[in-house]
Amino acid sequence: MAEMFKLEIVTPERVFYEGDASMVELSTTEGDIGVYANHIPMTAIVAPGVLKIHEAGGVKRAALHAGFIEVLPEMITIMAEVVEWPDEIDVKRAEDARVRAERRLKDNKAECDTLRAKLALRRALTRLSARQ
Amino acid sequence: MASMRDIKRRRDSIQSTEQITKAMKLVSTVKLQKSKSKAEASKPYFNLMYETISSVLQKSENLDHKYLKPGASQKKAVIAITSNRGLAGGYNNNIVKLINGELPAQDTYVYAIGRKGRDGLTRKGFAIKADYSEVINEPLYRDAADITLELLDGFTRGEIGEIYLAYTSFKNTVTQIPKLIKLLPVEMESGEEDKKAHALMTYEPDEEEVLNSIVPKYMSSLIYGALLEAVASENGARMTAMDNATSNAEEMIEVLSLQYNRARQGAITQELTEIVAGANAIS
Repeated sequence: MAEMFKLEIVTPERVFYEGDASMVELSTTEGDIGVYANHIPMTAIVAPGVLKIHEAGGVKRAALHAGFIEVLPEMITIMAEVVEWPDEIDVKRAEDARVRAERRLKDNKAECDTLRAKLALRRALTRLSARQ
Repeated sequence: MASMRDIKRRRDSIQSTEQITKAMKLVSTVKLQKSKSKAEASKPYFNLMYETISSVLQKSENLDHKYLKPGASQKKAVIAITSNRGLAGGYNNNIVKLINGELPAQDTYVYAIGRKGRDGLTRKGFAIKADYSEVINEPLYRDAADITLELLDGFTRGEIGEIYLAYTSFKNTVTQIPKLIKLLPVEMESGEEDKKAHALMTYEPDEEEVLNSIVPKYMSSLIYGALLEAVASENGARMTAMDNATSNAEEMIEVLSLQYNRARQGAITQELTEIVAGANAIS
């Protein structure tokens, strides 16, 4: 069994998660990372992606959209702006959002909308894959 | 002495006012409970955010970043958080006074959240740059993030040199303190030894990128926290004000009741005297 560390995920509205984990997987702007205990201290920016918390009892998933992560040897803090548990996600809405975003990307009319559509698509895909 | 009818009318009018103030007090008590727990729920995020940003800044003291030095412009921006409704004692006026005392009216843009503060500051000669009064009814983190984006945009374009935030901090139900804090350029109280400061932190991709991303989040969290605290303060202030009004009304009703009873007694005595005098005259 891997060494455990303390994990804390806070959002502006509430403390989202607090507990011990052996590993946490998430996406940062530099790529996907998995962090074990005794990692070197690091601060990184979160990119939208699925967050996987490896606890003693199993793996918990969540959709993490924005924020940053602070890694210390015995403790990891994720300051999340938006994060959701799978059961909080409305699959129908996410699916609709995905279709709409893809359609908009195909149309590709105004330049400025592309970025927004891309972001929306990414959010929708994150939600959907967190749900699986 | 005022007539019986006048006193009675006055007393009835005060009684109905008392009913209103009593109801308002009850409403704001309920709202206070709600907003208080919301404000408390956002505290951990805010505290962690502060810790993180101060540890980042401590280790990068000689970092040359746009958010760490004042902008080129002389203009200042202030986010004034007040309420949309009155009858909250000195709550709104205190913020207006604070801003008017600390910042020069001709060099300050006001980003108003709350109609009362907007109107009060307009009267003092401040220029209102934007009005987000709807936000205070139901503050969301998204609102704070939107306001942050707009302000940072003005900051990077060089229109604004400094950004302040004025709000009423919620100490407890009866004490609320108006506060003016500087958001940008970011300044930290130095001398505080942080336990994390000793750890050698790596930043991905690099310090500048991390600051670019964290500072807006830091500002949003400050604004969001301030919004929630301001809502709690508003309800606290209104509750206290309405409690005072109710007890004042009670006092006045007591005095007027006494006067009314005296007048009634006087009228009866007078009537009796008249009857007796009339009876005497006949016999």
